[in-house]
Amino acid sequence: MTLTATFLGADWQTVADAFGLGGIYALMAVGIGLVFGVLRLVNFAYGQLVMAGAYALAFAYERGWPVWGGILLCFGVVVVLSVGMDWVVFRPLRTQTPAVMLVATFAVAFLLQSIALLWFGSLGKIAASLSSLNQPWTIGGVHIREISIVAAAVAAACLVVLVLLLARTTVGLQMRAAALDFRTARLLGVRANRVIGSAVLLSGLLAATVAVLMTVQTPLVTPDFALRDTILVLAGVVLGGMNRLVSATLGGFAIGFAAGFLGGALPTNQSQYLPSFLFAAVIVVLLIRPGGLFARGGQQAAERV
Amino acid sequence: MLELLGPGALVVGVGLFGTLVSISTQTYVVNALVNVAIVVALYVFIGNSGVLSFGHISFVAVGAWTAGVLAIPLTEKPAIMPHLFGFLRHTTVGDVSSIALATAVGAVYALVVGLPLMRLSGLAAGIATFGVLEITHNVLRYWEKVGPGVTTFSAVPETTGLLQASVGALIAVIVAFVYQRSRYGRMLRATREDAAAARAVGVSIYAQRLVAFTLSGALAGLAGGLYVHVLPINTELVYLNLTFITLAMLVIGGATSLWGAVVGAVAISAVDSFLAEAENGVHILGGTLDLPSGTRIVVVGALMAFVLIVRPSGLTGGRELRLPRAFARNVLTKFSA
Repeated sequence: MTLTATFLGADWQTVADAFGLGGIYALMAVGIGLVFGVLRLVNFAYGQLVMAGAYALAFAYERGWPVWGGILLCFGVVVVLSVGMDWVVFRPLRTQTPAVMLVATFAVAFLLQSIALLWFGSLGKIAASLSSLNQPWTIGGVHIREISIVAAAVAAACLVVLVLLLARTTVGLQMRAAALDFRTARLLGVRANRVIGSAVLLSGLLAATVAVLMTVQTPLVTPDFALRDTILVLAGVVLGGMNRLVSATLGGFAIGFAAGFLGGALPTNQSQYLPSFLFAAVIVVLLIRPGGLFARGGQQAAERV
Repeated sequence: MLELLGPGALVVGVGLFGTLVSISTQTYVVNALVNVAIVVALYVFIGNSGVLSFGHISFVAVGAWTAGVLAIPLTEKPAIMPHLFGFLRHTTVGDVSSIALATAVGAVYALVVGLPLMRLSGLAAGIATFGVLEITHNVLRYWEKVGPGVTTFSAVPETTGLLQASVGALIAVIVAFVYQRSRYGRMLRATREDAAAARAVGVSIYAQRLVAFTLSGALAGLAGGLYVHVLPINTELVYLNLTFITLAMLVIGGATSLWGAVVGAVAISAVDSFLAEAENGVHILGGTLDLPSGTRIVVVGALMAFVLIVRPSGLTGGRELRLPRAFARNVLTKFSA
């Protein structure tokens, strides 16, 4: 009886963790998808934005700042970095082919990662100001860590706000128009810099949110923080279909949920091969549906490399 | 012919330069030559087809594993790799044969991977090849029946000196040159310039890309075979960092020409070696330069971003080496007279 209860309890925890991770990955997928929509640029360096935010949180924690101070600093740093990246790298490359832009963001990713290595060393810093969220909640005899629920809830809330923003505001309408057909949108009076700027700003805000959520589960911040996650999310975004924000988000959620669930449910000697299984699945899906799993039928990816 | 002479002479020149310097500097020269082989392998596919691949380092890794496992002396094998498959445990081959086998295994692996993957293009191809890299790294890291797993590949005879590295790099350059001059190379380049027009004159994009992918897999396997004989390596050395730095070399040099690939590899290797030395502290211009570790990637990354922004076609402009027109005319008239 006790055995069944603990087994079931562990199982619910796994499911909740998977939802939490799926939510976080969905947020990253939206951040990548928003910028892709207006710029046709796959931002490989997105994880490094999250990494920078995590370092900001660690910086605040080490100095004993209050929680809100750390979060504020995190948002500030990430947004400044995100907008700066747009100004220094993306803007001069806007007319280049997507392949050149992808390679450029690859370079930026490694650049930021090594700057972090130079600055903070390879040992890592601790950001544990919100670690109280790792306490379990007991719901009907089932123990679930708070952060799993908080992560899923925050992700859902962010997505709702974003959908409202895209559906109800002028800038949201312009962004959707730009994502559909940038040239026609510009002809109709949409200002390119404003739309791109808002997309970059929004994706920065999302990266900062992700940084806050991620440091709760992994308080040790190293230069390759969120690197693996970015690779998985990119795979998920392509898997879901880059052309629509909804399908990209679903793809991100799906791969996060799968990674979280299988990682928790499989024994260690099998879960060490988890990346292989996930990427093999991604490749198979890409072969069967190159446009993405959730793309509309017959629609081809507009992006050319 | 000059198009082969330029890159070939550069490789030979680097090799000869290696004979003039101290033993410790020689290691950097050998590494630079191995890098040339890897970047030329990348160039054969990426440069000629225009399709991005993040997966080529997995062919380097497979080549390194093949050559390494086969070259370790029989007596050492049980200690380093206790879980090895039987036939691998009882076989050891010489240095050159191990590299030849690495080349073959690289080609076969690339062919197997390419058969389904070459149908993709664009972003899907980029992510799928990235997936290949992840899977290969993951499997080599944990599957101890085919290699040392997470531990370092020790006891591989360190036979890749200046001569072997120069010959290997030269073979890669010659193969790449012959390929790009062949009808297959030209057909693939045609698909890069204008896919629709190439298809209209009967070129199969899928088949041509597969040929180039297999060939570049062979060269990458060769480079991996050379690499494992330089120094003891592990899975992390043939993973993301190597992918980044070799891609940077190709892009900085100029991805669409063999000359660009070789120039990029040599130039960035030189910068990288100097910085690696500087991370340990060097005396230069009367002062001591002592950079913190990690500077290398910062500089190479910044250089790559800078080249992409200012000169997206690379240092060589993506062109093969040619003599200035006036000079060529003078020489020609002299010879014909």
